[in-house]
Amino acid sequence: MMFVPGNNPAMMQDAFIYGPDSIMLDLEDSVTMAEKDAARLLVHNALKTIDYGDTEMVVRINPLNTPYGKKDIEAVVKAGVHVIRMPKTETAEEVIEVEREIEKVEKELGCVGRTLIMAAIESTLGVVNAYAIATASKRMMGIALGAEDYCANLKTQRSPEGTELLMARQTIVVAARAAGIDALDTVYSNLNDMETFRREVELIKQLGFDGKSIINPRQIEVVNEVFTPKQKDIDKALTIIAAIKEAEKKGSGVIAVNGKMVDRPVVIRAERTIHMAIASGILKEEEVL
Amino acid sequence: MEMKDAFAGTLESGDILIQISPTEKQGVEIELQSSVAYQFGEQIKKVIRETLDGLGIDKALVRATDKGALDCTIRARVTAAAVRATGKDVWHE
Amino acid sequence: MSSLKERMALIEAQAARMGKETYHQTGRKATTPRMQYQQECSKVVTLEQAITRSGLKDGMTISFHHHFRGGDKVVNLVVDKLAEMGFKNLHLAASSLQDVHKPLIEHIKNGVITKISTSGLRGDLANEISRGLMEEPVIFRSHGGRGSAIAQGDLHIDVAFLGASSCDPLGNACGYSRSENAKSICGSLGYALPDAQYADKVIIVTDDLVHYPNTPNSISERDVDFVVEVDSVGDSSKIASGAIRDTKNPRDILLAQQAAKVIINSGYFKDGFSIQTGSGGASLAAVKFIREEMIKQGIKASFALGGITAHMVKLHEEGLIERLIDVQSFDKVAAMSLKDDSMHKEVSANEYASADEQGSATHYLDMVILSALEVDVNFNVNVLVGSDGIIRGAIGGHPDTAADSALSIIVCPLLRGRIPCVVDEVTTLITPGSTVDVVVTEYGIAVNPLRPEIAERLKAAGLNIVDIHSLKERAEKIIGHAAPLPFGDKVVGVVMNRDGSVLDVIKNIVD
Repeated sequence: MMFVPGNNPAMMQDAFIYGPDSIMLDLEDSVTMAEKDAARLLVHNALKTIDYGDTEMVVRINPLNTPYGKKDIEAVVKAGVHVIRMPKTETAEEVIEVEREIEKVEKELGCVGRTLIMAAIESTLGVVNAYAIATASKRMMGIALGAEDYCANLKTQRSPEGTELLMARQTIVVAARAAGIDALDTVYSNLNDMETFRREVELIKQLGFDGKSIINPRQIEVVNEVFTPKQKDIDKALTIIAAIKEAEKKGSGVIAVNGKMVDRPVVIRAERTIHMAIASGILKEEEVL
Repeated sequence: MEMKDAFAGTLESGDILIQISPTEKQGVEIELQSSVAYQFGEQIKKVIRETLDGLGIDKALVRATDKGALDCTIRARVTAAAVRATGKDVWHE
Repeated sequence: MSSLKERMALIEAQAARMGKETYHQTGRKATTPRMQYQQECSKVVTLEQAITRSGLKDGMTISFHHHFRGGDKVVNLVVDKLAEMGFKNLHLAASSLQDVHKPLIEHIKNGVITKISTSGLRGDLANEISRGLMEEPVIFRSHGGRGSAIAQGDLHIDVAFLGASSCDPLGNACGYSRSENAKSICGSLGYALPDAQYADKVIIVTDDLVHYPNTPNSISERDVDFVVEVDSVGDSSKIASGAIRDTKNPRDILLAQQAAKVIINSGYFKDGFSIQTGSGGASLAAVKFIREEMIKQGIKASFALGGITAHMVKLHEEGLIERLIDVQSFDKVAAMSLKDDSMHKEVSANEYASADEQGSATHYLDMVILSALEVDVNFNVNVLVGSDGIIRGAIGGHPDTAADSALSIIVCPLLRGRIPCVVDEVTTLITPGSTVDVVVTEYGIAVNPLRPEIAERLKAAGLNIVDIHSLKERAEKIIGHAAPLPFGDKVVGVVMNRDGSVLDVIKNIVD
């Protein structure tokens, strides 16, 4: 998910070419108070006009307790945004409130249920409430960590190793998995240190995250490299998928590879590997029979 | 319509700076400076006019400094400047 | 026995048969210390003396090189002097002209310069000429085309004024200097070498007059008639940047990655391949990606050609590129390498890219990465005239390398702001589409239908190969339809093909 300032037309126009899985146009932290109205109009018009292809379009709105939140929701829902990202989410009630606002606009447009919600958790209270937030609405598609505010709240700073974030990261992944939605990691803002960035991406993949938030197109390649499944894992997964098809054909409930029984979690992991391989473009859908 | 001086946009590449001022004369007068004036000057003026028309503004002086903005950006900047100039909110018409 | 005296009659008889004089001793030989001799060398004169003695007359052709790029002071210095001396109606034939040559506008208005031949024009001068400043159209040639035209006599130069970073009193000149007084280093003098070789009179203008012999030399004393010492031939900060600067522009990096992938998967990326790249951000970044792959696959290049950059020097020093063939050094690192490394060869414009010389290096070039202002759906390329009809670039070696290389790759963004780079038809035809093989944009890669095998290879490598028409449509969808340009009826420029034929003309722009 690539962050793009909502008041920068050139970057909004270009974001697509770098091939991020999703683009987050930001109306919150990257836009000054004086420009909130103009950015909202810019994002609205960009969403309505620019061809972003299959890219998932996300807008980070301002919180509802600011004068901008409601107008943000109206503007982006009217423009057909896929996902609204809530900043600084602390409770399930906040999600329900945003859902209510979304639904109001959707009813007017006659498209109830179109807009999904992602909540960024950026405080200790938010982390404590992670599961409640993740399950607060059927529109919830993911939760994300916002590390800068979280660290301030925790009374510490970010370190290259990310020790201070471990609890929050794991809580968020666990909550997301339990709720059946995606978990997305925080941004890393030092563009000159690609090595630390790569280690961080490797860490969060290992923790179970589905993806990483990025602030610059140059970070995309690293994330893709880390998240793209290795060839031997793909081959193994393909063998397992083939075995499933074989078992289905025979009407057998038992799946076996090389005479060994395959457990359900292994099947799920194989499916996930294939899914990632297709998403990364190294495997074509028709190659999976 | 009551109107004061207002502007929106920037001079960055891909953007357009729109300044709207009240005027005595009837109609919308546009002074355009653009890096792509030859190819898109008329189109830019057309978008400005249509956007103001859609907002019910038929009397204004618009100074536009364009740095290669797309139509959707021009529309957003003109609307933002007009909303600031008139205080009329586009989201609750 | 036979003494000289006895043989005298025979000597005289032999001399008479050969129609020669007999030898008579004439005075004593000079015993002046030779250091002093140099200082009294009759070739070293003032600019005014050099001009007068060169025999320059109204209506003649003068020439310049552009190795001092945006920092050049020679053109303005010389033309100011020519104006002061009352010359009129001169033909200025430069290898290229830049923003810094704005003062020529006044000299054109005053009739000092009435004709220009160049590879490119920029800035205010280009602007004025595009609007019809001159009666005679400017003649545009590629670097190889200019070299050919000079060698063939199509472009006859009466007096060449060649700036040099160092020169001895006899005229041995270089684009670098071995002295402590080195001021204006440019590296290769490749574009000046045809002028030095073929001009009737050659005047070296230098700001670092060094002791004889200034060898190894780039221009030889044998080609030089006069040497003029001046305070400065160029602003060194604008001649060449000091260090490698990597682009941080993500779009350039994206384009560079794609271009590198094209090269790596083209079928020409094999041990001993040869390559040329430009000096733009995307080109330089591409070299970085190619380098990584060369190391990974254990592949080495036999030579890199053209404008040489610090990036290329680095690869050479790492042993990844055996030789550098340098017509223009783009930065100080390249200039220093040219000076110090015998595997880094300076090459003249015709030896570099002439169509009619068998030995020109472009004939042996596998791949070239080039930029473009516009590419059209027939793969024609324009690098000279902006989409607004104003001249704003230079032909350079573009058509030469595209035509001669085994694979030419154009790298350009689909859009520059609201300006489309893939269009129905280029504003001005510079490089014919039949010589352009691959076009890399951020929205996909188009391969010339003449090269289906390349398209197959790139597709197999998983690259996003698209029809060039779809790129054009994509651009139109984003930016809308551009209105036709307000061209007038006057021809302000003529584009010569590298074979000496006329390729296109440029019409004036009317406001």
